[in-house]
Amino acid sequence: MSHRPKIAVWKQSSCDGCQLSLLDCEDELLAVLGAVDLAYFPEATSTEKKGPYDVSLVEGSITMPHDVERIKKIRAESKVLVTIGACATSGGIQALRNFRNHAEMMAIVYARPDYIQSLATSTPIADHVPVDYELRGCPISKEQLLEVLTALVNGRSPRLPRHPVCLECKIKGHVCVMVAHQTPCLGPVTHAGCGALCPGYSRGCYGCFGPSDDPKTSPLAKRFLAQGVPAEQVGRLFLTFNANAPPFKAEGLLHGGVESKSAPPTNGGK
Amino acid sequence: MESHAPWQVGSKAILSVTGLGDLLGRLWAGGRQVVGPVVRDGAICLGPVRTIADLPKGLTDEHGPGTYRLKPRGDEALFGFTVGQHAFKRSILLPEVALVQLRRKGRDVEVEPATPKTQPLALLGVRACDAAALGIQDKVLCGGPYADSDYEARRADVLVIAVQCTNAASTCFCASMGTGPHLSNGFDLALTELLSPTHRFLVEVGSPAGATLANQLELTPVSEGDLSDAKTAEQAALTQMGRHLETAGLREKLQQNPDDSHWENVANRCLSCANCTMVCPTCFCTTMEDRTDLTGDIATRIRRYDSCFSEAFAYVHGGSVRPTVRARYRQWLTHKLSTWVDQFGSLGCVGCGRCITFCPVGIDITAEAKAVGAPARTG
Repeated sequence: MSHRPKIAVWKQSSCDGCQLSLLDCEDELLAVLGAVDLAYFPEATSTEKKGPYDVSLVEGSITMPHDVERIKKIRAESKVLVTIGACATSGGIQALRNFRNHAEMMAIVYARPDYIQSLATSTPIADHVPVDYELRGCPISKEQLLEVLTALVNGRSPRLPRHPVCLECKIKGHVCVMVAHQTPCLGPVTHAGCGALCPGYSRGCYGCFGPSDDPKTSPLAKRFLAQGVPAEQVGRLFLTFNANAPPFKAEGLLHGGVESKSAPPTNGGK
Repeated sequence: MESHAPWQVGSKAILSVTGLGDLLGRLWAGGRQVVGPVVRDGAICLGPVRTIADLPKGLTDEHGPGTYRLKPRGDEALFGFTVGQHAFKRSILLPEVALVQLRRKGRDVEVEPATPKTQPLALLGVRACDAAALGIQDKVLCGGPYADSDYEARRADVLVIAVQCTNAASTCFCASMGTGPHLSNGFDLALTELLSPTHRFLVEVGSPAGATLANQLELTPVSEGDLSDAKTAEQAALTQMGRHLETAGLREKLQQNPDDSHWENVANRCLSCANCTMVCPTCFCTTMEDRTDLTGDIATRIRRYDSCFSEAFAYVHGGSVRPTVRARYRQWLTHKLSTWVDQFGSLGCVGCGRCITFCPVGIDITAEAKAVGAPARTG
């Protein structure tokens, strides 16, 4: 990587929360700005330098026809492409529509669905172009973003462990909410990186970092059911911000996490 | 009345509840951090204990596979529970610690070993299983060619104020591991909490450091009645012990059955989430992480807990050598209950039962160890 890598920050379909994590690096922001050349980041600057870029941070999922073309162009202009957040890495909360009738969903949400051009599915960036690194989470962790930028600036691999949240939860010394409070917690199957934020506040992990390296969702779901969590609720636990991530999708749909009042999607989501 | 001071190693005496408060005050005043049982988030954790008001008064803990609950006891007991999620290893083998820092100075690199700024510790409420676990970790991490200097530095000045168990959980099986419930060595002071006719502690002095401490306290001589009360109280722990692990032939059995179908049976239930290894008081596996700052001028090497249940733990060039949960569970159980003997001369399990209670899906090490290689099985 060059001394001051040229960085672009892109947004597809998403809420902006993840790219704002960069601006949330308050204490480190000046150091970051000193270390990189912020070439394109509309949330932060009106400066727009043309590509190619050393690093592209891409937020959001592919949900509209023009997203598909745009991401190919971004990929072609970027040496390293990093997807940031649950939308970009799995399709996000908007991927819930993948399991339902798209036309009916449009009619529920928009007064004039005919004004809207959207695809029947919301899909991760990696389904469309090769991705170099993924930052999970809804939103991403500021520390992990800094780790990736630091690694790229210094020409080393970023440290992004893929083990379950439980490991970092225990390192922090939090009381196990599942064992001590019988709170359903997705920590055992969720990718680390958040620092076990929710269990630290006595709440169950809701899986916003998506599946861990080898997630054993089936025995966990069985445990929830044995503890008296209704099947539909077990399904919903898996079908939130990473509903489209294959292991969560499979487990969630198995327990009926989607009310199938509408006709099932003919294309099976994706 | 017979003269009782000075107290010596092996002496037994009676300490009042206010006397225990005095002990805590003296330890802190002497520059020692006292780490012991405190209630946090509906569980008994380990944390700083400054006064007796910090202790879990009148509480007990109910353990089962994958469940833990605090319950009122209806008395004033300060140690009326068994073991919590935290093992004392957290205070010595730290979950995360910086080992060395490299700083770029012009064309040179300055190496700054992060010499641990250790505060002398007093571990309060160490149970027989915990003391046995400390002994095992000492054997693994101190001395020899692979000594962990950070562990050694933190271990150098640790007082062990043990508490004899007067109740046991359904997940406890120290008796079958030969580690408890009575603790007869490996402590500086050992307390047995006696609740009637008056609330008091029988103190046993276990070391010269313990004797020095005892001689600063207002202790009264022990009576036959005190000794008999203590014996009765400790008997309760033995009676309540909920589990048993058959150790005869265990080492051979596990090594002879690497392909037993039961490994697959466990693998279908195991989350491979690492909780058992995190709460285990003897599991010592760590990994190294190198962190750099944005400028690349400062690099820090961190040691943090890792687990044989993490897929990356056994990653070598080209992939993980234990890619399945079956392989990872077998590795953990076989090491703990079999090859540990070959490596360190004892079993790696002390029977505290933490891995049973704090497994989110309640996998029971005693049941799994029994089932592997069992001659006949149904289902």
